[in-house]
Amino acid sequence: MPVVDYLELHDGPPHLVGNRCVGCGATYLERRNACANCGAREFTRVRLPETGRIESFTIVHRGVPKHVGPFISVLVHLDDGTYVKANLVGVPTDASMVELDVPVRVVTYPTGTDDDGTEAVAFGFTYDRTDGGATR
Amino acid sequence: MNDDVWIIGTAMTPIRRHLDRDVLDLAVEASLGALDDAGMTMRDMQVMAVGSQFEPFTFGQQVQKQIGQTGIPLYNVHNACATGATAVRSVVMEIKAGEADMGLALGVEQMTAGSPPYRTKSSPIRRLFEPEGRDGHVLPTEGILGTGQMFGVFAQTGTDYARRHGGVGFEQFAKVAEKNHAHSTLNPLAQYQRPYSLEEIMHAEMLAYPNTLPMCCPTGDGGAALVLVSGAKFRTLDPDVRRRAVKVSAAVMTTDPYDASGFAQPNVNTLTRNAADQAYERAGVGPQDLDLVELHDCFATAELVHYDNLRLCEPGGAGEWIDRRGPWRDGEIPVNVSGGLISKGHPIGATGVANIYEVATHLRGEAGDRQVESARVGLTHVIGLGSACVVHILERAAT
Repeated sequence: MPVVDYLELHDGPPHLVGNRCVGCGATYLERRNACANCGAREFTRVRLPETGRIESFTIVHRGVPKHVGPFISVLVHLDDGTYVKANLVGVPTDASMVELDVPVRVVTYPTGTDDDGTEAVAFGFTYDRTDGGATR
Repeated sequence: MNDDVWIIGTAMTPIRRHLDRDVLDLAVEASLGALDDAGMTMRDMQVMAVGSQFEPFTFGQQVQKQIGQTGIPLYNVHNACATGATAVRSVVMEIKAGEADMGLALGVEQMTAGSPPYRTKSSPIRRLFEPEGRDGHVLPTEGILGTGQMFGVFAQTGTDYARRHGGVGFEQFAKVAEKNHAHSTLNPLAQYQRPYSLEEIMHAEMLAYPNTLPMCCPTGDGGAALVLVSGAKFRTLDPDVRRRAVKVSAAVMTTDPYDASGFAQPNVNTLTRNAADQAYERAGVGPQDLDLVELHDCFATAELVHYDNLRLCEPGGAGEWIDRRGPWRDGEIPVNVSGGLISKGHPIGATGVANIYEVATHLRGEAGDRQVESARVGLTHVIGLGSACVVHILERAAT
């Protein structure tokens, strides 16, 4: 089960989905009533790209859930222009290890189970080393 | 029609952990202090606005029940960290509209006593996953999908600025806190009053990179209040009151315009720029005219980006500006000579009134050891995340 409903696990490789405004193309991750940009009231469900770039980060040490530990929070600008906040995973929690403006890709991992044994699956981003030139 | 508005009374409580006083004690001290300072009473007030982010229901009326129930209109205001400034602007607007010629604006917060509602309980892990809310989350997402904690959100504001502009790193952000802690050593109202070395700041506990503990505002209690009058009323007042008066040359409020990134990470830049530009235009002054600025340094990372947003430094040059001590009290434009939220403290509802108190006190020449010499024009700025921005430009009475 996805940790949020804008994570799609079943339609091909895991990816995010958004609600795209029919009026102006603004794309939102959460359920919407109307568009904050143009006021239109209709949206279409769209598949979002699995790749983007990091624009900002922080490494959070205080107020962190015990089972999580220090983590890297990033703002990712997906290749279609949509923004999403998530964790950067697979990278040490050291500011000198965080690179901005380089390609990242969606990854998923289990983040807990409920009393019925249902597993919650979270998404994060990791450096996309397959996308040429990302290893500077 | 002359729509000038003037401040004729100000007061502020020290910001402390006031464990032996309740929020009404703080509200009353600030309100009666401002009335006494103006030489007025509640009978002279025709409107009142009371800002508190966390007090429920008709809190302002509870204050009236302590200081005077005269039947006047009252606005209870909450607007996150812009709460106090929004209360001030509400009174300014009533006066400008001609509905009142004198009013009281109060901002107050008690955050350390009792069991404050702002401390959110951590949600227990649900027994069975079930999608909840507009994002259909099945677990609390803090720490899983990045951070929504304030020190982390504003940390990302800072690292975004550093990405876009050169000369900004951990040290530049830390220098902001070094400055504000140095400034507050002169302010008896401040919650912290001791200097911190740059090294001490950079080696302190990291809350959210690059914000260490002394780069983050503390939790505290306090209140501040203002008495405001119309230009017409002002001209009828005693010369001694007029001599100490401060003119409100601009009172501007903005919210954030649509921005694709704003749903994931609040953009505190655009609405601040919009508010500052409107305020400069309305007041007919520019950044070069400012003798002091009190801006919203909830975190060191926030202060640095607002140097640029408020046009205090060259575009993109906030790092270079702090490096050359431009915002220090003996620099080009002193910023947060009170110690700012980082060191003076940040009782949320009080903050937007307290920073007007600070600037007005300098413009009156009554700031004691921390007085900015010959101050004539000042600017105050607050941001309530979500977001609301309020900018006031204040000028000393011509004498």
